[in-house]
Amino acid sequence: MIYSDIAIAAFGIAVMADLFLFKNSMLTRPAFWSSYAIILPFQLLTNWWLTSRNIVMYSPDAIMGIRICSAPIEDLLFGFALVLSVMGMWEYWGRRGVQRY
Amino acid sequence: MLIFTLCGSGWLEIVLKTGVLRRLKRAALSIFPISTCFLIWDGYAIAQGHWFFDRSQILGIYGPFSIPLEEYLFFIVVPLAAILTLEGITTVKPHWRKREFGE
Repeated sequence: MIYSDIAIAAFGIAVMADLFLFKNSMLTRPAFWSSYAIILPFQLLTNWWLTSRNIVMYSPDAIMGIRICSAPIEDLLFGFALVLSVMGMWEYWGRRGVQRY
Repeated sequence: MLIFTLCGSGWLEIVLKTGVLRRLKRAALSIFPISTCFLIWDGYAIAQGHWFFDRSQILGIYGPFSIPLEEYLFFIVVPLAAILTLEGITTVKPHWRKREFGE
């Protein structure tokens, strides 16, 4: 599997888990989308920093080749999956009564 | 980049008193399982040569599976920033928190 396959899979798994595994889906809530709207520009900024300075480089064979702010588009899928699943877990433990406040 | 992310989200903890750092156990339980999955991917991508790092621009300290230290920190700092953002939002907009626990 190349980088793109895994990024798409991670995105799919995170969305499916959120919709069907966790109760009270993050994807249906304004709090999630507002947070993501704040996080996305920062991700684009840091992605740009890390890739335009060649701190991180990608094998051309591993990515689709579409780039946004100099970073592969796959990284937006990866970031979305990371943010969604961590927030989902945070809410899950909250519902289970772990350090709710 | 990691320091930028820490500063960019860290002020929420102080100014809005989101109380995320106070709830370390819940934060760790949320971050650890997810980050482990992503670090496995990271290690695989490094091993396969999907991506690589400029050795002159990283600290040069490597953890298990030849993953640079920065990557381990990334998968703590970025998820923490995500939680801080979510808690910051629901602190400012408390009515969005109502559905949090299905109450």
